[in-house]
Amino acid sequence: MMKCKQATQMLSEKLDRPLSAKEKINLAMHTAICGPCRQFGKQMEMIRGLSKSYSKAKESDDK
Amino acid sequence: MTNANVSVEIDSSAAVNIFQDTVFIEDLRTQMLKFARLQVRDNQIAEDAVQEAMISAYQNIDRFARQAAFKTWVFSILKNKIIDLLRKEKRHTAASQLEDGPNLNGDALIEHLFEENGHWQKDERPKKWDQPEHGVENTHFWRIFDACLDALPAKYGRLFMMREFLEMDTPEICHNEEVTVSSLNVTLYRARLRLRECLEDHWFQKETS
Repeated sequence: MMKCKQATQMLSEKLDRPLSAKEKINLAMHTAICGPCRQFGKQMEMIRGLSKSYSKAKESDDK
Repeated sequence: MTNANVSVEIDSSAAVNIFQDTVFIEDLRTQMLKFARLQVRDNQIAEDAVQEAMISAYQNIDRFARQAAFKTWVFSILKNKIIDLLRKEKRHTAASQLEDGPNLNGDALIEHLFEENGHWQKDERPKKWDQPEHGVENTHFWRIFDACLDALPAKYGRLFMMREFLEMDTPEICHNEEVTVSSLNVTLYRARLRLRECLEDHWFQKETS
């Protein structure tokens, strides 16, 4: 069974590489029963989105 | 007719045209400045490095062949300029600065966040981030985001920036930085872990309390 420590790393790596089928299944099984890791996953996506807006926001600031 | 005589080299005047695209160049300059500031934490050195990199890119444009890789090429020049300038500025040379930051990082952070059995420490479990209307749009939030980025160890900040701001792909970053894929992935994980922690402590938790 995957632990939160590995699950959070998978949730980050998901943004950098395609996960294998086995990794996907293990991760899905973990997040199905783990609320904090589900939040963590959403926040990883948010951080990606925020980073995008950050570059955009800065560009318009400077003009 | 075969195309044996067609030159595969890009006309260098076409490459020079990149510099005529003021919108593109301005955006690029902004990104380069952010990148440089994250590396050196000194505005003057950052501006100098960007300035010198731009001039060097302009002067050496004929060495540059593939337009799609223009950004990568300019950033590799910038990286070398930053290294040169840092060497001149001895006060910035502490190598440890590249790995350490003002907060818990790396293994220490992971030990702090997780129990020995690999589960979240009770107090550290991620909470739902509320996103009120005014939330992430407001300038105060971006100041905190800025501060959290600055608080990352330089190495984390650099790789995170390459991935998220410059949108460079994995082979490109690994080649440029001479790191392995797995070490890149682990560093990005640690950077996001640190950034998440910082945002939760300084913005999202504050909002609800």
